[in-house]
Amino acid sequence: MPKEIDRDGLRRMVEAGAQLVEVLPAEEYAEDHLPGAISLPLRHIDAEGSEVLDKTRAVIVYCWDIA
Amino acid sequence: MSPRAAWRLESLGFSEVYDYTVGKLDWLAAGLPTEGTNASRPRAGALARKDVPTCGLDERLSVVRDRVRSQGWEATVVVNEERVVFGLLRAKELAGDGDQLISQAMRPGPSTFRPYVLAAEMAHTMVDHKLESSPITTSDGRLVGLLLQKDVVNAVREQST
Repeated sequence: MPKEIDRDGLRRMVEAGAQLVEVLPAEEYAEDHLPGAISLPLRHIDAEGSEVLDKTRAVIVYCWDIA
Repeated sequence: MSPRAAWRLESLGFSEVYDYTVGKLDWLAAGLPTEGTNASRPRAGALARKDVPTCGLDERLSVVRDRVRSQGWEATVVVNEERVVFGLLRAKELAGDGDQLISQAMRPGPSTFRPYVLAAEMAHTMVDHKLESSPITTSDGRLVGLLLQKDVVNAVREQST
């Protein structure tokens, strides 16, 4: 089950090597994204998730907000 | 959207998946840096004056007015000990009866804006609504600084030249 993480937890985990993934459309990623995040829009996860991301490392996903 | 992404990654065999549920909005609202095409564009948080004088609800207006003016300001933000914004005094309110308490003299519940709002958007809003200054706060209401209309208009003008 995915775990929720807050801002401080995110920073700690990214420093420790977690992969940070924005799942919004690529245009939104291009305008603004968190430092070090990669773009993997929700609709591309099935096709590209296993290629783009390392399964041996933690992954943190985010979108715009809780909605 | 991110919960679906997190669950889908788990189903694809990722064993350690986290969801930053409050997302980019939370990050931007905290005034933290970003990357991307908007990253170099001026935002409200960067332009806000961090040295704006603050005061408390129970202070006497005459005392606050002297302090604020001695610092070269004609505005002050009313905050609590956590820097949560309760009110604003611009030149007009500062010129009021000095015996009043700040809680009586202030303009309560001023409109506040988040640090990530782009300068161009802020300039339009402040000019259209004739706001000479606006508090910039984090999403939990804590003061980042006071944005002056002249600062944001100048920033937009410089950006376009």
